[in-house]
Amino acid sequence: MSAIKKFMYVNRRAPYGTIYAWESLEVVLIGAAFDQDVSLAFIGDGVYQLTANQDTTGAGFKNFSPTYAALGDYEVTKVYVEKESLEERGLSLDDLQHLTWEDEDEDYAEKDSIRLVSRAELAEVLADQDVLFNF
Amino acid sequence: MSMLHVVNKSPYERDALATCVGYYRDGDTLLLIEDGVYAAVAAGKAAANLKGLKVAALSSDLKARGVGEDKLIEGLQLVDYAGFVDLVATADRVQSWL
Repeated sequence: MSAIKKFMYVNRRAPYGTIYAWESLEVVLIGAAFDQDVSLAFIGDGVYQLTANQDTTGAGFKNFSPTYAALGDYEVTKVYVEKESLEERGLSLDDLQHLTWEDEDEDYAEKDSIRLVSRAELAEVLADQDVLFNF
Repeated sequence: MSMLHVVNKSPYERDALATCVGYYRDGDTLLLIEDGVYAAVAAGKAAANLKGLKVAALSSDLKARGVGEDKLIEGLQLVDYAGFVDLVATADRVQSWL
């Protein structure tokens, strides 16, 4: 068995204007099967991917935002959201989905997946990764 | 003579909105669609671009992106697809800032 690597997926695009967000989510879910240490970062317009209450019924395209709630079940439990990006866009944590995961080491306690971090803190996290994927 | 300006790009990723605003004249209407609708969030930095302009936004694109009506700038005209067509038909010409 090869060593576990730290994989970081960096998401910088709004969800529907381009295909990047959806493609990233698919790659993350596929990659989650390979037992790596996976993190996600949402920077810039990427923070829009996680907004709550997306309803595409009138717009005629698929709403894939409920899929982010499945990340916890795939043991993707580190979702970094950049604070400056939220603030610039008039958003706060309350505008985002509440993403959680269950910690099997603590009797399946429900824990928050989203970690609100500053740009400087996120830079540190990126510097600590083995592999970066950009979408 | 009136122009309908259509912006479909996020103001935080592209300069389409900023450029458009520079070309806006009295009597014109600015319509936000697709990722352009993010500009209409009152608490966002980009909303400053829209001050004093006649602005409309496609409501289905706002809903798709989870932008609640309570978050929008004051005076924003919400239109459905039929309203979009009316704006196009009413304007003398349409400029899409792709």
